[in-house]
Amino acid sequence: MLSFLVELKGPIVNGLLLGGLYGIIGIGMSMIFGIVRMVNLAHGDLVILASYLSLVTMAFFHVSPLITLILVIPVMCLIGFVIQYYLLNRVLGKGMNPPLLVAFGLSIILQNLLLLIFTPDARALLTSISVQTIPVGGFLNLPVVYLVDFIGSIITIVLLSRFFNRTYMGKAIRAASDDEGAAQLMGINTKTIYAVAMGLATGTAAVAGILVGMTFTFYPHTGPEYLIIAFGVVIVGGLGSLFGTFFGGLILGLAQLLGAHFLGPGFQLLSGYVILLLVMTFKPTGLFAKG
Amino acid sequence: MTQALLRVQKIDVFYHDFHALWDVSIEVEEALVVSIIGANGAGKSTLLNTIAGVLRPSTGTIEFHGRKINGLMPYQAVTEGISMVPEGRRMFPRLTVLENLEVGCYIRKARKRKDEVLRRIYDLFPILEERKNQFSSTLSGGEQQMLAIGRALMCEPKLILFDEISLGLAPLVIKNIYQRVKQINSEGITALLVEQDIQRSLKAAHKVYIMQSGKIRLEGIPKELAQEDIRKAYFGL
Repeated sequence: MLSFLVELKGPIVNGLLLGGLYGIIGIGMSMIFGIVRMVNLAHGDLVILASYLSLVTMAFFHVSPLITLILVIPVMCLIGFVIQYYLLNRVLGKGMNPPLLVAFGLSIILQNLLLLIFTPDARALLTSISVQTIPVGGFLNLPVVYLVDFIGSIITIVLLSRFFNRTYMGKAIRAASDDEGAAQLMGINTKTIYAVAMGLATGTAAVAGILVGMTFTFYPHTGPEYLIIAFGVVIVGGLGSLFGTFFGGLILGLAQLLGAHFLGPGFQLLSGYVILLLVMTFKPTGLFAKG
Repeated sequence: MTQALLRVQKIDVFYHDFHALWDVSIEVEEALVVSIIGANGAGKSTLLNTIAGVLRPSTGTIEFHGRKINGLMPYQAVTEGISMVPEGRRMFPRLTVLENLEVGCYIRKARKRKDEVLRRIYDLFPILEERKNQFSSTLSGGEQQMLAIGRALMCEPKLILFDEISLGLAPLVIKNIYQRVKQINSEGITALLVEQDIQRSLKAAHKVYIMQSGKIRLEGIPKELAQEDIRKAYFGL
């Protein structure tokens, strides 16, 4: 029994750490879904856009990818704000399809723009920590970059949660997501609030993009892969809480690596989706949904 | 008579093709309680929503403090000093009682005086202080109505619009809430009430307007109006 657990330690630890990365990929999508009630099909491409922005910043200043966060986060926040304020806000309240189509168009534009500028070559945010491992207890080698992903995700989510719970702007965003009309009666300009929320969401996409770029290689067309992961995280975690989304990521990561362990590496993605299917069958609102 | 704080002049309001308000004019003098009475569908809530900026009049003007305010968005009306307690209370269910109140003083000039105003609202409705850390969805109907009123007061409005605040509440609770409305008014806040309950409204108001089918049918000081005239105006006889 005990040896069985020891054997599983690798996939469990790696699954949880990978799940942390999934959590940060999904959090921005979950926020926009919950607050603006819009499915942002461009979320994965925004993540990859951040990876490329980091790549450029690294080349320009000769710094490590984590340092580029200082520049990439504000730039991505601004991009998100502008996209929502000048583009997506115009089609809100006109049914489900128009925002979906605008986001889809945005996704195509971003992918082709990246393709045009950066060519279809594989890229990675190379850093010394990408290849380092930490031996744990003599039976497990922990990739440092996974650990950085996990910690980065947790820090981002804790900061976001403090913002939502302690600032006027954060509370106004939550109020607008509960009842847009009533929020306007409180003096809240909900259009601006949505743009701020999108700015925050693309800010998390910036963190996700840099962590993804340090962990895996990426191409201009990698975005949709992460969109699917974000969808998975949102579905498993459910709407309503940041930490719920994060746990959704952990479960998805765990499911993938345990599946790969028992059934072979080819089953990694499939076992993640099986969990997704189970959640949708038995608790369609997600495991940690509130309200 | 004191100068009119709010002056609605000859407004017409449409919901798409439906003509909801016809040539409606009202005046609300400073520091008074003014009531608008009418049956379901008479256009009372439409009038309040138009004043609050939720709906737009197609003709006519709305002046507040002598300034034209029609065309403002609801969030801009709040900055002007008009706050609304919406029909059905419209709590933010996933926010706590205290957070609901804090959202009420979102506008910048209200934030500075938050602690002071919060104290006054807790004095007015002590139950809100007891329940400040509960989610607003866990409150009873009457408590939610108190929270809705407290939330609307957080921005220190000059004019507060009450839309059907007695709807669905027990008579005792209604009585309590109307006493608070009186207390709020005695602090110098002008109130415009919309109500289906004729007697309750006549008792609370310094001046009443009776609406029917989107038009003002009768106006006057409650004591000076004959019951028969009120009934006729209310039912459109």
